Amino acid sequence: FFFRFAAVYVSQKISKSRWRPVSHSSLQQADIFATGSWDNEDNKISFWSIGSHGSSGVEDGFEGDPQLLCEHKHDGDVLDLQFLDQDRIVTASSTGAVTIFRHHQNSQTISVSQQWARAHRYPSDNAPCTGVVCSSPEIVTVGEDGRIIVFRADQEGVIRVIDNADSSTIHAVTYLRTTEILTVNSIGQLKLWDLRQQSNSPSQILSLSGDRVPLHCVDRHPNQQHIVATGGQDGMLCVWDVRQGSTPFSLMEAHSAEMWEVHFHPTNPDHLFTCSEDGSLLHWETSSQSDIPSFLQGGRNSSMTSRSAMAPAGGNQSLINAWLSGDSSKGRLETTHMLPSQTLSVNSLDVLGQCLVCGTDGEAIFVNRQVPV
Amino acid sequence: MEEVDVEPAVTNIPAASSGTHLGFAWGPGDILVYETLYKASGKCRYQRIHTLLPSVRDPATSMRTKNPTCMEELQQVAVSTKVAEVAMQYGNQVSILLAIELIWNLCEVLFIDAAPAGSLLLHLLDWVRLHKADVDEKAREVLQSESPAEHRDYWDVVVSYVLQGRLEEARQMLVKQATLQPAARKMYKQMDTLLSKMPFYNPGGTQTLTEFDVKWRHWHEEVDRCLQDNSFASNKHLELICKILVGDEDTLLEHKDLLSTWYHFLVTRLLFCHPTVKPTELHYYAQSCLTMFLDSRSVPEPLDSILLAAFEFDIHQVIKDCSIALNNWWFVAHLTDLLDHCKLLQSHNLHFGSNLREFLLLEYASGLFTHHSLWQLAVDYFDHCPEFGRVYLELQIERVPLDTERKALKVLRICEQRQMSEQVRSICKIMAMRALRNNRLGSALSWSIRAKDAAFATLISERFLQDYCARGTFSDLDLIDNLGPAMLLSDRLTFLGKYREFHKLYGEKRFREASKLLLSLMTAKIAPRSFWMTLLTDALPLLEQKEVIFSADQTHELMFCLEELMSSLNTTTAGTDRPMQDEDIEVTKVELLRLALARNLAMAIVKEGTVEA
Repeated sequence: FFFRFAAVYVSQKISKSRWRPVSHSSLQQADIFATGSWDNEDNKISFWSIGSHGSSGVEDGFEGDPQLLCEHKHDGDVLDLQFLDQDRIVTASSTGAVTIFRHHQNSQTISVSQQWARAHRYPSDNAPCTGVVCSSPEIVTVGEDGRIIVFRADQEGVIRVIDNADSSTIHAVTYLRTTEILTVNSIGQLKLWDLRQQSNSPSQILSLSGDRVPLHCVDRHPNQQHIVATGGQDGMLCVWDVRQGSTPFSLMEAHSAEMWEVHFHPTNPDHLFTCSEDGSLLHWETSSQSDIPSFLQGGRNSSMTSRSAMAPAGGNQSLINAWLSGDSSKGRLETTHMLPSQTLSVNSLDVLGQCLVCGTDGEAIFVNRQVPV
Repeated sequence: MEEVDVEPAVTNIPAASSGTHLGFAWGPGDILVYETLYKASGKCRYQRIHTLLPSVRDPATSMRTKNPTCMEELQQVAVSTKVAEVAMQYGNQVSILLAIELIWNLCEVLFIDAAPAGSLLLHLLDWVRLHKADVDEKAREVLQSESPAEHRDYWDVVVSYVLQGRLEEARQMLVKQATLQPAARKMYKQMDTLLSKMPFYNPGGTQTLTEFDVKWRHWHEEVDRCLQDNSFASNKHLELICKILVGDEDTLLEHKDLLSTWYHFLVTRLLFCHPTVKPTELHYYAQSCLTMFLDSRSVPEPLDSILLAAFEFDIHQVIKDCSIALNNWWFVAHLTDLLDHCKLLQSHNLHFGSNLREFLLLEYASGLFTHHSLWQLAVDYFDHCPEFGRVYLELQIERVPLDTERKALKVLRICEQRQMSEQVRSICKIMAMRALRNNRLGSALSWSIRAKDAAFATLISERFLQDYCARGTFSDLDLIDNLGPAMLLSDRLTFLGKYREFHKLYGEKRFREASKLLLSLMTAKIAPRSFWMTLLTDALPLLEQKEVIFSADQTHELMFCLEELMSSLNTTTAGTDRPMQDEDIEVTKVELLRLALARNLAMAIVKEGTVEA
């Protein structure tokens, strides 16, 4: 089995793809997503629609083929991209710039709303900005220069800089709480920062007890804020409990090469998605309370159980989230390859509702509107 | 060969005229110079086509599925663009693509499918129909008009259908005309019968080729009889169709505008004169059709010679002509690869030892590598060149510019998957050096760990230690405190980690453990000799404590270390001239140490000798 994907071949390698957020109150499905490219002489950010409003003309008959709405030139590789709000995105560039773009829906045009040109830099060179996360109007970015910078949209200048937050490259950042962020770096450390504190040191440092494998991505469980998932160079998926101890609770072999992104499903966090340099996109599903293994519950496509897991390291049993136990012998964790055939690296993915979008180095964007969650 | 000190002779290249672009390639002992039709500005669109065919493994299907998309887009762009020059460029690109598809399909028919007599014609018919879409457009226009039979293009459509052997459709069109002319009903009926009875060879059926031939001849004679009888004399259109059906060359040539190409003429002629043509006979007909079709003024184009070479089953000539006519290796490389897989290419062994297919693939892939974004595809091609692919890849991969860490990681992954350890080390070193220059010690260490580069790890540790000596504190504690097993990568790194541990223990007032660690650093020879002085100086406060920390044995060892250090210093610094002040400081330090050690020894001996009450 493989899921029905609509594919678009674009003449640029896609580094990032993100759904535009939909308001929780409305029953809207995901319909617009943004992508960023990399490794081109002229990189671009683009907005696409999968036409769930029936607005764009669909000729091919395959409902949901992404249609390009508009695009804009981007200076440097798009190393990260996040929606700030319904109309604006923030991008992290390989030139070290942080830029806010505004999507004008009426005219389908894009304009640069604000830019901090050399936010990340070395004394004599540019330093790529590697990650951005936002909680409007606050924007936090990290880069190869080991800096953490806090901005405010519509305010010139920076709000706060933590110089030398890290002696290695910070690859990704995410919010743990409204005033706390998590960063991962290239020597395999997960660092918690309390932005209320004035000190320039992390409030906590966690790392794997083994090799210092660089970590590339991090995501927090949408409901249980102490559960965090990371992925790194060796393709292992780690799930951590940041309150307890400094090592991860479960380690699972996921990919055979770097894991670029990991995402908990925002509304069904028993589902998790990872994508990798090895060209695969995995859908992880854990069954939370039931005794019946989910693959016997029917209604799912064929899948394979996860390959290896460590037993939980102990701790308060009643609080152990299904993710942390990751014990495959009980059949509580399933992984499924979502893309039907091997592609070049899948660089990015995003999931919203039943829709999943991902971008690859094979210059393709794939959209699936029937993700079983 | 001796160096001759004269001006090199100028060679005029006769075929080139001003304004054409020449390309050249070195061969063994000679140089191939060729005219290329398209300039560098057309390159960008071509590269897009490359991306549609990432896999050499199945170029045929990829070509079929993805080429149309690119073609449509190109055509759209060509139509929509306002600048005339650009439009022409895109228009040119479209013609190249069309030509490529034409050649490719023909090669498939002739070389891959290798249809025998009988089926051959059917395949050729398909080929022509595939590449002549304007008939359907015109037909649509005619049919959608109010009175199709009176449309001015009506007869053109009917004749075109006949020329392409689409007799069913021709009959359906004729019915419309027949209803308008009830008086001529009988004539139309007769034509309809003729058209319906034309035999077409059925490869899957039980009929042999000979039987088909006989049947066809009967039918052909019947058509001829109609002509002789003047059955259609009163209707010039039907008469014309009858002449076509009998294969009259002159009639066919009168309709050059409908045929539009000599190869259409060829296939039509074969259809109505020699439907059982054998593959080996093709080239006779092809050559004569080409000659007949082109009037005396026009010269054959490169496309024509390529097609002719294909009809002659001269694969190598096809490849050679394609290489010359098209300004890059993409099509040729793929075509050659396809033919090679079908075992159709005699391996043309070139002087540098690899065969033609591999040569072309290597050339193509090397070209891809220079592209800022297509280098990833090139890797796949090199993987499919068994003899030289790896060597080429090893040379090329190091030249990919590494602007970001992410790109470097991708390049490294490619190298690691192919066990190219030399390249891994060299790329990691470049990244590590860059990190070091920007004072990103953690990043630098991360790269050395990846490359398992002990030497570089040592270098980084030296930097840390230098920083410490200069400032008295460690920078980047987050790194040093969390080295983990990476510490074992290099002795210096281990020392750094342990030294930092010593400081931590000291800070936590765990003096016993701290002193044990300090001593082990020297006795286990983990610490570099150059650092011993610093370590011994660090030992001073421990020696000065009220409580005895170092045991007698430990003190002895410390003294031994001091003496060892002194003796080695004396031998090495004998010749160097150091400023007098430094010497004084050193001397004082040593004396202080000796004093402290002696005092500690005394106290330790006493303490250890005392019997607890």
